[in-house]
Amino acid sequence: MFDRRDLLKGAGLAAIAATLNSTKALALDTVTLPFANGERPLVKYPQKRPMIGLTSRPPQLETPFAVFNDGPLTPNNAFFVRYHLSDLPYNLDPDKFTLEVKGKVDKPLKLSLKDIRKMKATEIVAVNQCSGNSRGFSEPRVAGGQLANGAMGCARWRGVPLKAVLEMAGVQAGAKQVTFNGMDGPASDKTPDFVKALDIDHATDGEVMLAYGMNGEDLPFLNGFPLRLVVPGYYGTYWLKHLNEITVIDGVYDGFWMKSAYRIPDTPNNAIEPGTTPKATIPINRFTIRSFITSVADGAKLKAGAVTLRGIAFDGGKGIKEVEVSTDGGKTWTSAKLGKDLGKYAFREWKLPVKLAAGTLELKVRATGNGGETQPDTPRWNPAGYLRNVVETVRVSVA
Amino acid sequence: MQRTVLLSVTLALAAAVGSALAAPVNYKTPDEVAAFKPGPNLEVVQGNCTACHSSDYINTQPPMKDRKGFWQAEVTKMIKVYGAPIDDADVGKIVDYLAATY
Repeated sequence: MFDRRDLLKGAGLAAIAATLNSTKALALDTVTLPFANGERPLVKYPQKRPMIGLTSRPPQLETPFAVFNDGPLTPNNAFFVRYHLSDLPYNLDPDKFTLEVKGKVDKPLKLSLKDIRKMKATEIVAVNQCSGNSRGFSEPRVAGGQLANGAMGCARWRGVPLKAVLEMAGVQAGAKQVTFNGMDGPASDKTPDFVKALDIDHATDGEVMLAYGMNGEDLPFLNGFPLRLVVPGYYGTYWLKHLNEITVIDGVYDGFWMKSAYRIPDTPNNAIEPGTTPKATIPINRFTIRSFITSVADGAKLKAGAVTLRGIAFDGGKGIKEVEVSTDGGKTWTSAKLGKDLGKYAFREWKLPVKLAAGTLELKVRATGNGGETQPDTPRWNPAGYLRNVVETVRVSVA
Repeated sequence: MQRTVLLSVTLALAAAVGSALAAPVNYKTPDEVAAFKPGPNLEVVQGNCTACHSSDYINTQPPMKDRKGFWQAEVTKMIKVYGAPIDDADVGKIVDYLAATY
């Protein structure tokens, strides 16, 4: 399942460095993300192309933004990686892998990967986005993983509906939530294990999926091999990796990662006055609507005249109705042509031919969803730096 | 620094032994290259923080106006929320190092 060249390369380096089977990190290059203290190494991990390295233990890798101009599906080897806890199941055996389904069910299950693959498969194209995507742009800055816009990606996921597995187990009357745990765990047993919960109606909506396939291949190890939860339209915190334990409960799960972490203000737009503390919070849930220009990088130098701008848009599951582009800093807007509809949870490509006059220009892009929601002109703020969806601006000089 | 190197060599050895048992996945991450910046009480920081995470967790945090307050809150979070077994006597040393260095 691994890229043979990666393994060989790793082995060769290990021999050279005489570091006992562990590869020396390749200091390929560095990139500077556009916020203070934004310098990051480009790092090479097995099954991954050079990625923006945020942390090494546990691994956190951001997708270089240029990848999003290559198409609406993010390649597996460029898909972002985010873990909380550093005890990863690096040596898991897919033949011995077992998914346990237990709790308030009539018939607790222990399913092998083969059992799951034998079930009727479904596919969905869906964006996964880290709750902390774009946190580095939060102003005032906040603690946490300092990411630019590359902790998102869109893939074609293949697997079985969670609903089908829960029906096999027989959910009992009175069930309120379903909790999910993966094989990765904390380095210290005092650290709360990463467990997330969905309400029973959400878990059985037929869309939430147990995925083993991603863009026609097995999941890469760092994206949750051999099985992960796919929660279309919801932030990545719910997309449990290395998923091996599903528990139906008759209460509301109150573990740390639901009760205390990944909370957003319970206010309109889930925003509060920058720098303040919210009075009440709720668990983070659906994506805010976002759009990006992918064909032109901030600070680019362009030739005056005709150029076709391209990009992507997505939202929490209503689907994209319209994408508008401004080449004059937001004074006037023109509707872009939307690309192929891969489903309401997917990246929606857009393009727009424009004529650029010489000068310094601000290009802006704004999406509107089928539910009418759109993007704000100024950033909203919350203490964890979640939900960023301000209208993005790309500054270019045209000559 | 030396402790970090020793730790990673030990981990690498453990991984090598583990892989001899032919576990199928055997995913290998690159070595940790990020290191703590020199500063006061460095050894206390290395001895505590690296038990659970690499130093880039600290190095990539944003520059804050109230550095001492920011790092005090982070160390408190590590202890109270994530259960980091940090001796009371070390807490101030770690906060001083972080506020002076990052």
